[in-house]
Amino acid sequence: MLKQEISIQTNDFSLADEVALLEEDNLTDGAVVTFTGRVRNNNNGNAVTTLTLEHYPGMTEKSLAKIIMQAKERWQIGRVKVIHRIGELSIGDQIVFVGVTSKHRQDAFAANEFIMDYLKVKAPFWKKEQITDEGKTSENWLDAKNSDTDKADLWS
Amino acid sequence: MIKIVFFAALREQLDCAELSLPAADAKTVNDIKQLLSDRNEQWQQTFSNTSLLSAVNHDMVDGTHVVKSGDEVAFFPPVTGG
Repeated sequence: MLKQEISIQTNDFSLADEVALLEEDNLTDGAVVTFTGRVRNNNNGNAVTTLTLEHYPGMTEKSLAKIIMQAKERWQIGRVKVIHRIGELSIGDQIVFVGVTSKHRQDAFAANEFIMDYLKVKAPFWKKEQITDEGKTSENWLDAKNSDTDKADLWS
Repeated sequence: MIKIVFFAALREQLDCAELSLPAADAKTVNDIKQLLSDRNEQWQQTFSNTSLLSAVNHDMVDGTHVVKSGDEVAFFPPVTGG
């Protein structure tokens, strides 16, 4: 059984282990949908070298719990797991994991996408990227994207 | 007292992670913003950014939210996780 649905952590996670936990002793759900977000090596045409993730301890967990509760009200889903890493991450590192189980695939797909879309615009995390441009390195906080807000608004 | 915390780019611009204000000084989140803006030009410029978000006791609120002693008020830029 899943001990907790939300984990904010600096260390990496194993997709296989997370899927195993979603499936363990779970014979009612036929669908398991997972999403994993990773650090890209590029953003707005710049070469990204590392990414630093900051969060608001307490509020982040609270907002994720609220998002998961909303998903459970909207769809018939079984287990949910959300992992978000914080601290300094390198190219290719896993940042975020969302896993959802349900009896049938439609609810698991929809709930997973909903959780990710809401996490993007409601959970207090901030990314700072370290970039290299023509040999010069600099760092800057990422701006929120209107496309993320528009995407989340589609659920309301 | 009211505890005020800042995050991400905002914290760096202000060079301040947290501070406290007497609860009697402010009725709402907007009052707190005004008090902080009045500190100096740097703070005024930073708080003139209309996209800043606010939270009280870990829930997002707007500027009209009423604050009381013991509250934790947070200011931060739009979020960029995931």
